[in-house]
Amino acid sequence: MGQVANAAIVILFDGVAYGMLLFIMSVGLSITMGLMGFVNLAHGGFAMAGGYVLVSLMVGLGVPFIAALVLAAVFVAVLSIPFERYLYRRLYEADELDHVLLSIGLVLMATAAITFIYGPSAVSITVPDYLNGQVDLGFGTFPAYRTFTIGVGGLLILGLWYGFEGTIIGAKIRAAVDNRRMAQSIGINVDRLFVIAFALGSGLAALGGGLAIEIIGMEPTFALTYLVFFLIVVAVGGLGSIRGAFVAALLLGLIDTAGKYLWPDGGAFFIYAVTITILLIRPLGLFGRA
Amino acid sequence: MMEYRKLLLGTIVALGVAMGGADAAKIKIGVVLPYSGGAAQFGEQIDRGMNLFIKQHKAAFGRHEIELIKRDSKRPGGDIAKNAVQELITRQKVDMLTGFVFSPNAMASAPLITQGKVPMVIMNAGTAWIPSLSPYIVRVSFTMWHAGYPMGGYAMNKLGCKTAVIGYTNYPPGKDSRNAFATGFEKSGGKVLEAIPMGGPRQVPDFTPFFQRVKNAKPDCFYIFVPAGNHAVAVVKTYANLGMGATGIKLIGPGDITQDTKLQSMPKEAAGMITVHHYSADYKTPVNMAFVKAWKEAYGADTTPDFMGVAGYDGMAAIAHAITAQDGSISAAGTMKALAGWSYNSPRGKITIDPKTRDIIQDSNVHKVVFKDGRLMIEVIDTFPQVKDPCKANQIGKCK
Repeated sequence: MGQVANAAIVILFDGVAYGMLLFIMSVGLSITMGLMGFVNLAHGGFAMAGGYVLVSLMVGLGVPFIAALVLAAVFVAVLSIPFERYLYRRLYEADELDHVLLSIGLVLMATAAITFIYGPSAVSITVPDYLNGQVDLGFGTFPAYRTFTIGVGGLLILGLWYGFEGTIIGAKIRAAVDNRRMAQSIGINVDRLFVIAFALGSGLAALGGGLAIEIIGMEPTFALTYLVFFLIVVAVGGLGSIRGAFVAALLLGLIDTAGKYLWPDGGAFFIYAVTITILLIRPLGLFGRA
Repeated sequence: MMEYRKLLLGTIVALGVAMGGADAAKIKIGVVLPYSGGAAQFGEQIDRGMNLFIKQHKAAFGRHEIELIKRDSKRPGGDIAKNAVQELITRQKVDMLTGFVFSPNAMASAPLITQGKVPMVIMNAGTAWIPSLSPYIVRVSFTMWHAGYPMGGYAMNKLGCKTAVIGYTNYPPGKDSRNAFATGFEKSGGKVLEAIPMGGPRQVPDFTPFFQRVKNAKPDCFYIFVPAGNHAVAVVKTYANLGMGATGIKLIGPGDITQDTKLQSMPKEAAGMITVHHYSADYKTPVNMAFVKAWKEAYGADTTPDFMGVAGYDGMAAIAHAITAQDGSISAAGTMKALAGWSYNSPRGKITIDPKTRDIIQDSNVHKVVFKDGRLMIEVIDTFPQVKDPCKANQIGKCK
């Protein structure tokens, strides 16, 4: 295989893996922003919570990796419900500045709480042997863990697509995103939809946080550090659009990876340049609607 | 005659009283270390090293008492450390400063210690030219050149690497380590294909894109400098996950990437890595075995000292020497004079402060990571005895 083809495959593969990770972590933010119009900067806090719950389950209780991943996501999804009920709900009618103040405050509290419980250092886990090393996919060998991440991302996208396009709940959520008052007036319980969507988004973020430990690491400042990336995904994709979040996450993953591979000295800069360009051309994002 | 003897006696008594004033001085030492944030693990290592020395060697301080005034430098940026140093000098009126994990923190503080005439005993920060920034800096840790420069020659001559790619974290010690290796390697006839900056020190990046690039470039050796700690674990994980060992690319670097405290979190593929460093807890010398035993007794069987812990320990030994040599009446000039040429039988072996450069002279050992007794450990396979910082010795770049 030629050098160029080899490089292209590597960039494509790693870029897609990174993109999937970004998608899983940020899709919930896109849903909650689009559906509830709530600027939830604490979204990364749920991803971080997922990562740390996973660590506790694996290191503290010896739960196997896959089971711990699922448990952590469910745990955080349930945990997020009281947050929605008792904190976020009060501010749905408030303006964006209040949203930002509340959610940034939550992020800072989460960082302090995690530092208090787990200490300031990054945590690590030992993934099972079948996720270590390389796997042969027939057309080349690839890092096993990233292949797994892509697989999980693919399954989630299928699940979400079916959930939103093929189920009644999905149809209701789409209806509420499009026009909340209309949805309410035909008898859709939007309040309950909010809870479901919020818990789903937080659970997905937690799953992403768990997956992220092996790829980008996990430490108490995670929620703030990666907030920028979540917001980029949402802004570039367009609020409330799952397809948009997916395309944006893949695009950003690919560009970031390609940039670092091809031009390491300036690689991290690409992602911002592309974001600015896209938003200049399409201020509402790739799939955003006015 | 009688009068003369009386006078003499009086003088002796007066002298005695005057000296009695210097008796049992309280020496204030400002400690600047990261006690919070991602780098708190380093602060804890050094802190534990210092405390272990103080606990074990009460007599080393003579009649004098020390008071450690600790300040949190948090991150590598330099700003917070500089503020802490200013406060320690002007308000706390410390007699000496010590700690300093990150090079930028030591660099930012250098002008202040020159103005305030407060000696600084550096316990980590390894960028080679730091001691030239102030006449009051002395370093008990290492310079990036202690490892990088000999590694260059060793890679060529003993490991048979004709080509190498360098990957480094993009901040002063990373660039310094890059230069150190490149100089040593090219001097021996090796060819550096490329030097890749791999993100900054604050966040552990995803190393995969950088490593993929190296994998496709197919060098004989891949020399890496990243800050010790989680960066190092991520490096070995990425190396293992990309199956780079099987392609014949040898992973080499300074011992920062095979830090004792992180070795057990690394995958088994770490076995076979070759690094050059001045300390590992696995050294089988009596001094080190006693040191490691005392460490485990003090801090728990699952803890281990690493090169930072030993630097904290040795740094406190240096401070104790400076205090007793001046018998408690501390001056900047006196401290610097006491430390010039100071030599100590450290757990890492013999160390000496070079009176000319105020930097450390120590053995650089070639470490090989092996899997033995159910764990990864360090084996010393070669030694460069009593290395003086090669950057200053060869007058390279900023070391002139």
